Amino acid sequence: MAVVDQFEAKEGVDQETVDAVREVSTYKYGWNTDIEMEYAPKGVNPDIVRLISEKNEEPEWMTQWRLDAFARWEKLEEPNWAMVSYPKIDFQDQYYYARPKSMEEKPKSLDEVDPKLLATYEKLGIPLKEQMILAGIEGAEDAPAEGRKVAVDAVFDSVSVGTTFQAELKKAGVIFCSISEAIREHPELVKKYLGTVVPVSDNFYATMNSAVFSDGSFVYVPPGVRCPMELSTYFRINAENTGQFERTLIIADKGSYVSYLEGCTAPQRDTAQLHAAVVEIIIEEDAEVKYSTVQNWYPGDENGQGGIYNFVTKRADCRGDRAKIMWTQVETGSAVTWKYPSCILRGEESQGEFYSIAIANNMQQADTGTKMVHLGKNTKSRIVSKGISAGKAQNTYRGLVSMHPKAKNSRNYTQCDSLLIGDKCGAHTVPYIEVKNNSSRVEHEATTSKVDDDQLFYCRQRGMDEEEAVALVVNGFCKDVLQALPMEFAMEAQQLVAISLEGSVG
Amino acid sequence: MALPEVKQKTTEARLASLTLPEGGCLDAARHAALSRVEVTGLPDRRDEYWKYTRPDLFTQATAPVAVVSDRSESAIFDEFDRIKLVFVDGVFDPDASDAAVLEGVDVTRLADLKSRDDHWSKEIYGVLEARGQSPVARPLAALNTAFATDGVLIHVTSTPTKPIHIVYKQSSESSDAILHHVVRIDSGAQATILEDGPAAARFNTVLEADIADGGQLHMVRTQGREHERHAVTHIFSRLGKESVFKSFTLTVNGSLTRNEAIIEFTGDDAVAHVAGASVGDGAFHHDDTVFVTHDAVNCESRQVYKKVLRNGATGVFQGKILVKAGAQKTDGYQISQSLLLDDDSQFLAKPELEIYADDVACSHGSTSGAIDEEGLFYLRSRGVPVEEATDLLTLAFLAEAVEEIEDEDIAATMVDRLHGWLARRG
Repeated sequence: MAVVDQFEAKEGVDQETVDAVREVSTYKYGWNTDIEMEYAPKGVNPDIVRLISEKNEEPEWMTQWRLDAFARWEKLEEPNWAMVSYPKIDFQDQYYYARPKSMEEKPKSLDEVDPKLLATYEKLGIPLKEQMILAGIEGAEDAPAEGRKVAVDAVFDSVSVGTTFQAELKKAGVIFCSISEAIREHPELVKKYLGTVVPVSDNFYATMNSAVFSDGSFVYVPPGVRCPMELSTYFRINAENTGQFERTLIIADKGSYVSYLEGCTAPQRDTAQLHAAVVEIIIEEDAEVKYSTVQNWYPGDENGQGGIYNFVTKRADCRGDRAKIMWTQVETGSAVTWKYPSCILRGEESQGEFYSIAIANNMQQADTGTKMVHLGKNTKSRIVSKGISAGKAQNTYRGLVSMHPKAKNSRNYTQCDSLLIGDKCGAHTVPYIEVKNNSSRVEHEATTSKVDDDQLFYCRQRGMDEEEAVALVVNGFCKDVLQALPMEFAMEAQQLVAISLEGSVG
Repeated sequence: MALPEVKQKTTEARLASLTLPEGGCLDAARHAALSRVEVTGLPDRRDEYWKYTRPDLFTQATAPVAVVSDRSESAIFDEFDRIKLVFVDGVFDPDASDAAVLEGVDVTRLADLKSRDDHWSKEIYGVLEARGQSPVARPLAALNTAFATDGVLIHVTSTPTKPIHIVYKQSSESSDAILHHVVRIDSGAQATILEDGPAAARFNTVLEADIADGGQLHMVRTQGREHERHAVTHIFSRLGKESVFKSFTLTVNGSLTRNEAIIEFTGDDAVAHVAGASVGDGAFHHDDTVFVTHDAVNCESRQVYKKVLRNGATGVFQGKILVKAGAQKTDGYQISQSLLLDDDSQFLAKPELEIYADDVACSHGSTSGAIDEEGLFYLRSRGVPVEEATDLLTLAFLAEAVEEIEDEDIAATMVDRLHGWLARRG
């Protein structure tokens, strides 16, 4: 009965409405900032690597580290195992370093930063003025009266333009700055930890990033400190034909806690752009890190023109006992996503969690998932992945759960569900499960289904239009993950789920 | 594209050790298969499809030695009325076999086609195998098509009264057998095929089954406890409209076994169930690799695989459900579970879904763990000795796979064999 009504409704939608829906600009961050830029010459070679190192005023050991990585990268082949296809990338036909001219002289404080840059972040809803709470949380009545503070490190193309609340964080002993600053100011920490979680030799894109990363964020939380506010990095790609290669290094020392948010957007352009980041997280005994991402890079248009190629290596190493990492990601953007935030559970009783929503519409391709490597005794991990495909998009969950012989009494639970909207998209699940001891338990479940007609009918009956109804059902489908997000992101993510699916029905 | 050097060498060495049978109506199919092998090369451990099982022993030029086991227990299907066809080290033994005279079935030896210019099996031989080479290459199956020395060609025209039983015996510790069977089930016809025995020190077999609209094929096979046996088997099955294919495999030990099942739905409303129960000790390495392609509407597929591993045994499961665009109303189910009886055993799984249609219900589950402590406690608190309690829980664990066998008598025989394995507790 419901099914019949549903089909009638679909047929009832006239062409005009369908066209109108299609024309809705679905990507609201597609504008670009007209700002004078300074570029390194196109292409990548040892001279460019040296130039990037020089621009960041790096010490010799860092330059050498990069050059070694470059030499290694030249011998590597691009990986092709992911279920994504895109035209061959010409790595010599793009810029590896671009910074606003006004950043030539490092601004001493946020007041000196080019107003155009500040306005860019303002427009993105990321105020770089201190004492302000993050925009987009109107209606969040539950927030504490004094407002929730979020310290932001803003990265514009290849450079960090400023980090807020640095002084206040310093009082607590937390170091939060751009990685280029950390290399200069805290070389002992960087030397000790950089490349220890994602080694230079890890994979094609991580090796490339090691050679050419231009900036990124650095966080160090000292023993026993609970970071007084959420930390956030906002990545913006603005320049054309420019790749962004940022590197993030987070160290949570014994018994500390930090929650870290990451956001990203890019202008709407016809040519695809490359983004290859590396995030390394080190978690010592009893420490906990929450890392949340809302990835909203420009996905390309409905014909697959343009968009960001997002090849990211993210990994957390729970080195100490009872260390804990929680990855939460909402992946709605990018033309191609290749991303597997992973957990190495080395410490005894350490815990890894991965919550993911990946939405792919139009011609988007997402191949994403996680690795849970259980090395220590009594370690636990949980994976909840929700993939949604619409239009002609392809969405793949790819994951590994590995229980080493010594990881006695460990637990893993994996649930990955896929939802298909329309009959031209695809949803795929590729889990690897390796269990090498018998005291551990591993459970994996996956389902694939379509948006339930009864639920849609119910919503439509109560006056919602079809797209609203789909958005509501999809939000319900994603509930487990949305609940794991920090409040600021949860609001944004809910809206994103609706926006990303606009034009996917009818 | 040139093959990597090592792969090229291995492939050349293996091909040089074999002689392509010449003459008869399958010549073209054999040559085409040989080209397939030459293009892809034989698998090596760098191939993703062989991530968890090393193919070296299947690809090396000479067969690894496997002592001939001296089994005291009776042959498994002896109590059933059936037509027995016996192969010893891959060679047909007419004296030990029954005369293949049965209403509704036409049986021919593959080796007899050498002198024939035409035969119905020409339309199937190597055809289903070739279809199964994409998207993943299966070079060992193509090798089989090219070089198979014998096999049975079974044409089922109605519903025969007895099952056909293919018996494999091993007499030489270095035998290397390649057998290829073809089964055609005509529209509305039904047949049961039984298989058992070690066959050879190294055994490569392909069975191609083409099931026409409304046809049914039931297969039950056992791979016995010859501890040093090395076997790679492939079933390629194509299902027409409203047809049914059911297959169950019981594996008890053996050194290295890889069982591939490649199922393709081409007609609507068909049903395919593939199941396996495997139990093994020590050097046991057992790999179930399944690929189900839904290319028709409203078909149902079920994969049920259970493994019990003991004393450092390894179990592998690679399963995939591919739902092509347009294969709406697909019902796909896949479960792979392992029970690790001790800490040295391991389970490696890759259960995949690849779906291009929206109105489908597909699910898969995979679990691994030790015997349920609570269940054990419950039984012990009621006076069941620990060993018996463990056996009960182990059999209960395997039951879901054994229940896939429709014939109750055959299912009971399987349970007997499992009891035997449990009793031989190491």
